[in-house]
Amino acid sequence: MSSRLLPFYATLALFLVAYAICVFQFPNMLSTRVVGNLLTDNAFLGIAAVGMTFVILSGGIDLSVGSVIGFTGVLIAVLIGWYGVHPLAAFAIALAISTAFGALMGVIIHYLDVPAFIVTLAGMFLARGMAFVITTDSIPINHEFYSTLAGLYYRMPGGGRLTLIGGLMVLVFIAGIILAHFTRFGSYVYAIGGNKTSAELMGVPVARATIGIYALSGFLSGLSGIVFSLYTSAGYSLSAVGVELDTIAAVVIGGTLLTGGVGLVAGTFIGVLIQGLIQTYIVFDGTLSSWWTKIVVGLLLFAFIALQRLLVVISTRKAAAATSHSKE
Amino acid sequence: MSEFQDLLAAQNISKSFLGFKALDDVSFSVRAGEIHALLGENGAGKSTLIKILTGVYKADSGVIVVKGTPVTVRDTQHAQQLGIGTVYQEVNLLPNLTVAENIYIGRQPKRFGFVDTRKMQADAKALLAQYDIHIDVAAQLSSFSVAVQQLIAIARAVDMSGSVLILDEPTASLDRHEVELLFGVMRKLKARGLGIVFITHFLDQVYAVSDRITVLRNGKLVGTRDTASLPKVELVSMMLGRTLAAATEHGRRSAPASIEREITFKGVGRARSIEPFDLSIGAGEVVGVAGLLGSGRTETARLMFGIDLPDSGAVSIDGKPAKITSPREAVHFGFGLCPEDRKLDGIIGDLSVRENIALALQARKGWLKRMSTHEQTELADRFVKALDIRTTDIEKPVKLLSGGNQQKVILARWLATSPRFLILDEPTRGIDVGAHAEIIQLINRLCDEGLALLVISSEIEEIVAYSTRVRVLRDRVHVGELKGDEISTANIVRAIAAEGSSEAAE
Repeated sequence: MSSRLLPFYATLALFLVAYAICVFQFPNMLSTRVVGNLLTDNAFLGIAAVGMTFVILSGGIDLSVGSVIGFTGVLIAVLIGWYGVHPLAAFAIALAISTAFGALMGVIIHYLDVPAFIVTLAGMFLARGMAFVITTDSIPINHEFYSTLAGLYYRMPGGGRLTLIGGLMVLVFIAGIILAHFTRFGSYVYAIGGNKTSAELMGVPVARATIGIYALSGFLSGLSGIVFSLYTSAGYSLSAVGVELDTIAAVVIGGTLLTGGVGLVAGTFIGVLIQGLIQTYIVFDGTLSSWWTKIVVGLLLFAFIALQRLLVVISTRKAAAATSHSKE
Repeated sequence: MSEFQDLLAAQNISKSFLGFKALDDVSFSVRAGEIHALLGENGAGKSTLIKILTGVYKADSGVIVVKGTPVTVRDTQHAQQLGIGTVYQEVNLLPNLTVAENIYIGRQPKRFGFVDTRKMQADAKALLAQYDIHIDVAAQLSSFSVAVQQLIAIARAVDMSGSVLILDEPTASLDRHEVELLFGVMRKLKARGLGIVFITHFLDQVYAVSDRITVLRNGKLVGTRDTASLPKVELVSMMLGRTLAAATEHGRRSAPASIEREITFKGVGRARSIEPFDLSIGAGEVVGVAGLLGSGRTETARLMFGIDLPDSGAVSIDGKPAKITSPREAVHFGFGLCPEDRKLDGIIGDLSVRENIALALQARKGWLKRMSTHEQTELADRFVKALDIRTTDIEKPVKLLSGGNQQKVILARWLATSPRFLILDEPTRGIDVGAHAEIIQLINRLCDEGLALLVISSEIEEIVAYSTRVRVLRDRVHVGELKGDEISTANIVRAIAAEGSSEAAE
């Protein structure tokens, strides 16, 4: 158990050390303001990454995340701006569509037995295409209620602002952790990621669970789209391109095995924070190009994939040794 | 008999796949409180029968009766509800979950809508305590040995189903101590009134634990007998389909007078695969290898050819020590191997006859020295003629040829490298009768030409027909060797059944 969780601890330690270094260099980074901004700036990424964690834990992948975020943003902007729909109703419509979209991909993945990669790749083009069909312009959202939502925050001690969307991300992570570890659905996700055939033979409702997983990812992508539109106060069909890759990176850096079955939702949270921390550092430094974020994330990904591979090799060796000694 | 209640009965089951009859009018039943061994060689229909009983396949005809009521088993879940639990050879649990989760997944106890982990672990602990397993149920399954995982799988299956337990080769990867542990559990469950179906290749285990034996062969029921009244020799005959009386013919040939160019394997063995054995083979010899499925025949071949590496022993060729650590080196020493499953390991179906034949020779030459198409054509033509490979064209993809001709193509491939030692694993499996005779003739001819051959076969009459010596394997041990006049179907069957000493007197 502990060796399987090593990537998570490694990520946690890395984050703490990195944060300590940042604080050492820029003492101002140790403030609730920075923490508040970190949460706000990465809210949409974090929410989508929770969905991605479930997908990857089950051994799948969801490439449609970024497109669904973009589509949801455009849809909401158009509903509110052009048709005068109340924001809450627009949210409900957007969430219903994105959830149904995810569920449909789950149905195709399970019943047609098509690799998730292909199905969600198609989903990615489809969602992006639909966003363009609605409009290619950036639509600003001007609605009183909407602005109120975007401006909501809780003042933390030290002057930091925990915004609505930052808080929402934290809540989504907490809900994700409960779902993963304290419900049957969560155990099904791990079971399917461990070995789908075995899971089926053991009586896990694989069809229901698979559809549920992709529906969840769709729902959270939709929610992420709402958060993104609150964050930018606009809907634009070209927004959030490639976000699915950032979420995958966060999930993997957070210690989840890409092949499924092993990992923690909490790890993804750290993975998101690490990405945010690098960006914050670049802002504080002021001279570095923001593309350094990508470079560091790339290096971290390599390091973590290598670490995971190493752990797998070690644990199979151990298992082999345990079998040959064969004692409870 | 009627005082025993059949917990589960399959009556007159037939099942075909694409016209091939996998099961033909087979009946089988399990009573409460018995361990019923289900035996048969590869392709006998055991797994098809199990899959029908557990709802994986639907029978074409026949009835399944559970506790007196005819039922239609819809799927595996339904089979479990009917009380039929199965533990497969490859432990079908989830290594990345905890022991407790593995036992209760899909039916975890809930509290306020959430999984009650504490209760689940307490239940798991109590359940496993019934089997004298005291382990940390919150630990990951993968941290335990295969034997413990196997017992956990059984505990789970019994807990879920609780009347019939099907164990599909549960002992295949266990050592002796672990097998005893498993048998202890099986006897305990039997005492509780469960019916257990036990599938295995180990005859000793059948006699150690079972009450009745059912033998299948080629999809047909050979018979169901009480273990106590069935001598081992008769059981082996049932499995192989040979009657002792019919077999009186002797080995056609004797070993050549002086054996030169000898290849010697001394004390070569590998843990959990095959016990160390000695074997030497010289030019002009055909050593037949006989034994039941799982007795270590293929394992022997794999060790000799360097596919698996031995833990012990040494090889010498012409008196000089040789190290064979990969098939490549084996080929270098002039070895060749035609594997058991030619579709999987042997031919490359989409390549042409010419390319398949040229493959091994090309590999031996090294990829840099490419053989020209002209050379390849010449080579292929020569062997197509020599081995009488029936193909309209040497450019035809091999997969379009019949089984016997495919086998000849593989043979040709190795013969092209002019080997000194050729291992043939089941060279006649799945080919028609005519081709069968031709392969046997070919083996004899190659032997006359001075090749050393090791031929593994389930067809005992065939082994008798071409072998100069016969190696007999049982339960992964080389248990004996028959020479010259000793070679007969009867003697081989007796040696496999290990009752040679007591029965030879008849």
